[in-house]
Formats: sequence, structure tokens, C-alpha cells
Amino acid sequence: MVASQAMTAGAIASNFDTARPTVSKHLQILTECELLEQKQNGREIYYYINAKKMKEVADFIEPFRKMWDDRFNKLENIMKAYKPKK
Amino acid sequence: MEQKTKINAEEGKQDLVITREFDLPLELLFKAYEEPEIIEQWMGTKVLKLENKNHGSWRFETSNEKVNMVFQLNGVIHEFSPNQRIIRTFEMDNVPFGVQLEFLEFEKLTDDTSKLTMHIIYRSAEIRDQVLKLPFTYGINMAHNQLEKVLSKLK
Repeated sequence: MVASQAMTAGAIASNFDTARPTVSKHLQILTECELLEQKQNGREIYYYINAKKMKEVADFIEPFRKMWDDRFNKLENIMKAYKPKK
Repeated sequence: MEQKTKINAEEGKQDLVITREFDLPLELLFKAYEEPEIIEQWMGTKVLKLENKNHGSWRFETSNEKVNMVFQLNGVIHEFSPNQRIIRTFEMDNVPFGVQLEFLEFEKLTDDTSKLTMHIIYRSAEIRDQVLKLPFTYGINMAHNQLEKVLSKLK
């Protein structure tokens, strides 16, 4: 959502069934982690995505994810060919 | 394309969740965790000991010829419930990460598909992040070792 355009907390909250304070709390955490950035525009605060940081988090986990993905692919192939011993 | 293996690791937390859906019936997925010969194939490891029962223990050995290293992995099995759940500990010898706790949940999705959810808990958030970087670190170490070999030949 935020990836396509900067949004206010109210606009973000209106997309969820969650209570507004809960959404605010999540936005606050994401901002603290520098995954979201805030920009003041008059009385409104707009949130937009920090794409660089998002990529950092993904890059950091990716080799680990890839290792498990390779293992699980192997498992799947082995078990597809598996014939129970009689 | 959607990734088949997903990892959910929240910033600053000491656990992570790996999920994967398989084009395999639940029983076959679980068998891949139960039979030593099959584990050896997909984990690329030697199974030295595997007691599939509550309060059993396990020991694997993985050798990496590229870096000429042998990794010993071991732990205890807290719960072994066929086609449902394995709760176990996991520890690698000679590394400073200590032990981690793993909850493996096996779920039937349809007759031909199943899902594995692996919840891993580390001793601290710092240790979790170090372990996450591990495959990458080994990659770098391997490159370093290769470099050392080449350089030593030049001497």
C-alpha cells in the first residue's frame, strides 16, 4: 500500500479492521526500525516506505532462506520419487 | 513469482518462523524427517544417531570438502508425534551460538499437499542474527580459503 504512494495514518488505518491506535502503534514501530519514514505536510503526517532499508532486511535473510529453499526442494523431489519398501 | 519457502524474522526478536508448503501428502513429508537414509539425502548429512521418540536424542555430521571441515550437529528430541509435531533442540559443535529450540509442526492441506512450520527460538536476538548470516559467512570463508590456497602457491 505504502509502497505505491505516501499515506496518512488515517488512510492506512481505513484499510484495516484494526483499531486506529493499534495501526498507529505499528506505524510507530516500523518508523523506529526505519522501514517507514514520516514527512510532515501541513497538519498531516505522511508515511512512505524506506525502500533501501526494506531491501537491507530482505538481503540479510535471503542467503538463509535460499539455503532452506534448496533443502526443501531437494526433499520434495526425493519424496515425489519415493516408493515405500514392501 | 511467489517464494515457496518463507521466513518471518521480526527485527530485534530472538525467534523466527520458516514456512513451506509441499506438493507431498503429509505422511511423505513427515517420513522425510523420520527415516535416516532420506534425511541424509536432502540434508546432505550423515545421520550418526536418531532416536525418534520423546526424550530421544540425535547426532548428525556434515562434512564440507570445499573447506575441509566437519560439522557435528546434535540435540535432544523433546516430543516426537508422527505426522504432527517434532520438538527438538539443535546445537552445532565448536561454534559460539549455543543451543536453539525448534518446534516443527506438520499439517495436512489436501490429500496431496502439506505444510511445514518451523519455529526456531535462539538464546538472544543477537545470536539469531548471527545464525541468519551464517550461510553467507561460510560463503565468504570459503572464498577466503580459496584465496589463501592460491596465494600460498604463489609463494
